[in-house]
Amino acid sequence: MYKYDQYDQAMVDARVEEFRDQTRRRIEGHLTDDQFKPLRLKNGLYLQLHAYMLRVSIPYGTFDSRQMRKLAHIARTYDRGYGHFTTRQNIQYNWIKLQDAPDILGELATVEMHAIQTSGESVRNVSADQYAGAAADEIMDPRPWAEAIRQITNFMPEFSYLPRKFKIAVIASPVDRAALRWHDFALRIVRNDAGEIGFEVYAGGGMGRTPFIAHKIRDFLPTGQVFSYLQAVLRVWNRHARRDNIHKQRMKILVHELGQEEFARQVEEAFEHFLPLGQDIPPAEYDRIAAYFTPPPFLDGLSEEIDLSDPAFAAWVRRQTVAHKAPGYAIANISLKPVGGIPGDISADQMDLVADLADRFSFGEIRATHAQNLVLPHVARQDLHTLWQELRAAGLADANLDLVTDIIACPGLDYCTLANARSIPVAQRIAERFADLERQEDIGELKIKISGCINACGHHHAGNIGILGVDRKGTENYQLLLGGSGDEETSQAKITGPGFDEEGVVDALERAVEHYRAVREPGERFIDTYRRLGMDGFKEAIYV
Amino acid sequence: MSDTLRFRDDEAADEPAVSLDAFFDQPEADSVRIEAGEDVTVLFPHLSRVRLVEIDFPRFRDGRGFSTARMLREAGYTGELKATGDVLVDLVWFMRRCGFDSFAPDVAIDPAVLEASLARYPNVYQNAADGAVPIWKLRHPDLANG
Amino acid sequence: MKILTGNDLKTGAVTWWDGVQWSLHVEDAVDVGNHADTILARETAALRVNGGYAIDAVKDAEGVRPDHIKDRIRALGPTVRPDLTLKPADPDAGSWVI
Repeated sequence: MYKYDQYDQAMVDARVEEFRDQTRRRIEGHLTDDQFKPLRLKNGLYLQLHAYMLRVSIPYGTFDSRQMRKLAHIARTYDRGYGHFTTRQNIQYNWIKLQDAPDILGELATVEMHAIQTSGESVRNVSADQYAGAAADEIMDPRPWAEAIRQITNFMPEFSYLPRKFKIAVIASPVDRAALRWHDFALRIVRNDAGEIGFEVYAGGGMGRTPFIAHKIRDFLPTGQVFSYLQAVLRVWNRHARRDNIHKQRMKILVHELGQEEFARQVEEAFEHFLPLGQDIPPAEYDRIAAYFTPPPFLDGLSEEIDLSDPAFAAWVRRQTVAHKAPGYAIANISLKPVGGIPGDISADQMDLVADLADRFSFGEIRATHAQNLVLPHVARQDLHTLWQELRAAGLADANLDLVTDIIACPGLDYCTLANARSIPVAQRIAERFADLERQEDIGELKIKISGCINACGHHHAGNIGILGVDRKGTENYQLLLGGSGDEETSQAKITGPGFDEEGVVDALERAVEHYRAVREPGERFIDTYRRLGMDGFKEAIYV
Repeated sequence: MSDTLRFRDDEAADEPAVSLDAFFDQPEADSVRIEAGEDVTVLFPHLSRVRLVEIDFPRFRDGRGFSTARMLREAGYTGELKATGDVLVDLVWFMRRCGFDSFAPDVAIDPAVLEASLARYPNVYQNAADGAVPIWKLRHPDLANG
Repeated sequence: MKILTGNDLKTGAVTWWDGVQWSLHVEDAVDVGNHADTILARETAALRVNGGYAIDAVKDAEGVRPDHIKDRIRALGPTVRPDLTLKPADPDAGSWVI
């Protein structure tokens, strides 16, 4: 894992003091709320329904036990004993006081964490494959480039006020676990015919009220030129995006309006301009960063065999663990989706437990996923049973990864000022309806994603089944969508038809699921059946 | 409008800046004003006669002027580069990094806050128009020119 | 009735204008008639409220009930965490929101 040197630490420390000064100026009345808002947003501080909310960055979803314990400490000391993992691999706290925020940032800085650019019109926290560094199918670990991107995109002077937010993702596998093409700018590490490593580049994706799937704008970009290229993209967008309508300022709109070919042409022109200007890091700097990501000291000769005679344990292993690149090891997913719980929420005590388990079983490493779960990336298979027992005692051993109860949900109207309807209760009702694990297993992979407004933090456009909460004359109403995906076969979900109330949408969703079970062909997942039959193949079953 | 903050030693231009259109109509004009959204590249062939470029920020949320400034410096412009309009103290450091060397904000900036702000960050992560050496280069002093 | 709500600048807590100061309890809210703008301007300038706004509400036997669900959730707390609301001991508090 990356470690700050004195330069990184000094930058983050300076940021804490800057925000302390800005907060003081606000509290003393030297800044209006209008002036303060963009400053606090660039430090991840929102004013939400009940209090301030602080979003803490977990760069590319990688963190360690020491950092998790600090997050638990912050939850206990400054919040109400819990935190919420988000759909961009960050964590947020719901009950923060403005006067405490600088101290919290100070505490984070002591464990090499920050909230820089977790909101606002800036380059946001870079996301990545949560299995990076462990996945059996990756070409290389994408995190050294993600860390280089973190550094180069923090405090970018030319892009101090971008037209809107800008989200980057990096992966290095043919399987996409990071919803790559739903990002503004996305890089997939590939090897070309000559055997060289480079990036396949995508641009112009995003959810929100006008969803677009990113276009590939370059087949192969040499890794050492990525910052010239990234700045070219940002400059083209910063100069030419609309500034008159906040809903039309994301880069996806510009890419769409120019067309991907013209956009790519303008980027190439700016790229040629930047290349000789010394924007890119030298190989020695990449090597310095990459050295922090050398694999942990895996033991040789560990057995792959585990005793699966306990059916509950066997179900957990089957569902929650994934092939690891090192023999005898597994990637273990920790579900934050207990039936009836709040997707992504975790108590301070659970955070401490996960930190302890990471130390005991995963070289101290933890990952946060965009599906609001956690991962212990490097667990010896022989330790899985002990790990499972410990998780089970803390309510963290649900075996539902990618199943119908593994629901992504934004905080919705229970917490968020932007929301039009509540998301969490809908997720809870669906999970209760499908609580029976045998039925879940029979249904198989089915990704449900719920947003409480069109901003789509709950990724409803990418849900195999999506739900969008809207405000219909002051009451909550829910639209049902089908056919979305955030994997390597990215697709955008389509609305089924008229909306439902809370109970109605759960019923309608169940009818869609049961219809799938009735008409699926052997081996078909829900999304496969939907793609074969189309919306018409489901509509009648939903609107009885 | 408040007083101009200036980070240059030379004499300030005494003529008011004119619009881009007027600048091309008036061969003697040496000061030009660029509004947000105007294409600065049309000025590049004429930089030798420019002493002052004003770049306006109609709202602090409109960040186009940052690119305009940096592009001018990348094109070799060495004259005065002034930010006008909704210039907030918390953005001046970034503006300095993009090549601005004078500021005429709509609302006066508190000099003490500005001084603290400009001194706050010990280093920078990126190359920009101010010549500051990026951290990645400081980490490898043995690399000639990085 | 027209009532005023906002958040406390330093703590972020949801507050309601009770005619004299800002209360944590919606039942204290008073009808401000057509004085909303004047009061909000004064209170905002004095840093006693942040992000204040006027809403419609009705007064009934149970107290003051904001017309919109969003403000009822603000008044009580998250419906999914009754333990964190202003009425943690009342199991039916959530039904007032819906």
